[in-house]
Amino acid sequence: MPYDSIVCVKQVPDTANVTAEVMKADGTVNRAALPAIFNPEDLHALETALEIRDAYGGTVTAISMGPPKAAEVLRDCLYRGTDRAILLTDRRAAASDTLATSYILSQAIRTIGRYDLVFCGRQAIDGDTAQVGPQCAEKLGIPQITYLERLIELSGDTVRVRRNVGHGWEIVEAKLPVLVTVLETANRPRPPAAKRVMRLKRARVQPELAAEVRNEMPQAPEEQLAAEVQCRAGALSRRGLLLEQWMLDDISADLARCGMAGSPTKVHRIQAIVLKKEGYSEIPPTAEGARHLIHELVVDRTLG
Amino acid sequence: MMEPNRQGEVWIFAEQEDGALHDVVLELCGKARQLADELKVKTGAVLPGDGVGPLAAKLIAHGVDTVYAVDDPRLSHYQAGSYARVLTTLVEKHRPQIVIYGATALGRDLAPRVASTLRAGMTADCTDLEISDVTDAKTQQVHEKLLLQIRPAFGGNIIATIVNFAQWPQMATVREGVMPMQPPNYTRTGKVVRERVELSPADLALRLIERHTEPRKVNLKGARVIVAGGGGVGSKENFKLIYELAGAIGGAVGASRAAVDSGYIGKEHQIGQTGTTVRPALYIAVGISGAVQHRAGMEESAKIIAVNKARDAPIFSVAHYGIVGDFKQVLPMMIQALKEKQ
Repeated sequence: MPYDSIVCVKQVPDTANVTAEVMKADGTVNRAALPAIFNPEDLHALETALEIRDAYGGTVTAISMGPPKAAEVLRDCLYRGTDRAILLTDRRAAASDTLATSYILSQAIRTIGRYDLVFCGRQAIDGDTAQVGPQCAEKLGIPQITYLERLIELSGDTVRVRRNVGHGWEIVEAKLPVLVTVLETANRPRPPAAKRVMRLKRARVQPELAAEVRNEMPQAPEEQLAAEVQCRAGALSRRGLLLEQWMLDDISADLARCGMAGSPTKVHRIQAIVLKKEGYSEIPPTAEGARHLIHELVVDRTLG
Repeated sequence: MMEPNRQGEVWIFAEQEDGALHDVVLELCGKARQLADELKVKTGAVLPGDGVGPLAAKLIAHGVDTVYAVDDPRLSHYQAGSYARVLTTLVEKHRPQIVIYGATALGRDLAPRVASTLRAGMTADCTDLEISDVTDAKTQQVHEKLLLQIRPAFGGNIIATIVNFAQWPQMATVREGVMPMQPPNYTRTGKVVRERVELSPADLALRLIERHTEPRKVNLKGARVIVAGGGGVGSKENFKLIYELAGAIGGAVGASRAAVDSGYIGKEHQIGQTGTTVRPALYIAVGISGAVQHRAGMEESAKIIAVNKARDAPIFSVAHYGIVGDFKQVLPMMIQALKEKQ
């Protein structure tokens, strides 16, 4: 029996590999300088969906919410084998917290319509909240199964999953449709397929075309730019290379629930972590040094 | 959506499994007590489960004024749907101003679902909570006595303070091990309110087939002394020296993510943003460079000793004592010095 899956993916700054180049002089991280990558756990969510399609048939649709640049991760999804990729990009969605984000994603999923399974990575490495998956499930009115480490079986309208519960695991079963969040231990994501890369590398969303045209023809008047974008979009569309782009109006979103307006949590203050340069007592790497150190710890009652 | 209710109680979610409260719940009790005292309101604990009544006394001893116990055989095993129904029903009924949860695997599965139903704010994985007046930068309106929800973000590279002006209750999950557990006082009095919550079949959508859990063998959170090894230790063999020093000093063994990823030691030993957060009396970091993710999990330790070959390793920036040298020579000398002490 074929199953239709939707996978939510996110482009994130690579916060795990903060190198010296992105450190500012004051010891804080220059966030804008971090490379943008495919959120690691989302790749495992995608692989889970692709494996289901390989085994049972059906379709895989990838959706991503973000700026036009996020089309990069959607192209990556297509290279790895998704049937369809949709970018949700709209300035009015900027500054959405997890509640607003999950509302927008759930509206997009409703707009897609038919699905058996929704997959998300457990969490994104820029926020580490792990909230968007469960909140999407709630908004869609379907059960959530978080922390998938193994998809055991799909049979008829039932899925059976082994999930990690921190200090062990449990196997649970649920009727479809369900939303599942996936851990890195679940599988090994397949690489992009060379043939698909060749065929799809020119795929673009319209805002990317606009940026390209503006870059190539900096002197041209607005009407000419617009006409050129239309022309290129038409050409891509005829070859099936114009990526789908949805705005909030396309998913019947209530604007009061999107972006800043729809976000109850507000960032009050941001403090960059600064590498403290306070002094420490340097102990020489000698037997005498070790004795001195242990003595100090006894004297100040750190060691009883 | 709920409006701010400044007379509302400060609540915790009392996570339990097989009749035992999770440690983090007792940590939350102390914090909730402190927040409630500042706000001059009472504390409450939501305690769902099957046969959980006996746990109420422990919650009260740790500072809870009212335990809302929901005893139902269908709640014997946790699932997001049924537990979220319990929380949303009781929050709508009693309108607390704050609800905090442990940032455990379970808490992080449950809390966002509750927030979504209530259309309330939710901040994950806080490392501190405070009460303060906050001025809305946009409207210049002063909001009195808000909950400041403080958490690392961006891979631990920044600390963000989150607030919630409207759409209450103010809710957060709190990382395990960061709030000190207060000693219980069994002479404290409180009340137990038995609540009944309607559950629909949709709330019980998951069927548990099999479950296998192990008690946490490595008690990093409870350890007074931790000796932790990093990628610089170089091999599983070399980790024996870490164990020897831990044995000599009477401490537990920890590790950085680099050591765990390299397979030198099991993940249950991992300290840092993605592992356990610890604040022992003494932390000895051996061959750990001190990435922000690791420091986030240990820099609250009372005393930190760093042993590292590289003088410019970031770990020295949080250390009280630093030894620049090869741990293979330094650790045996420390073990020897400890033996001489006795």
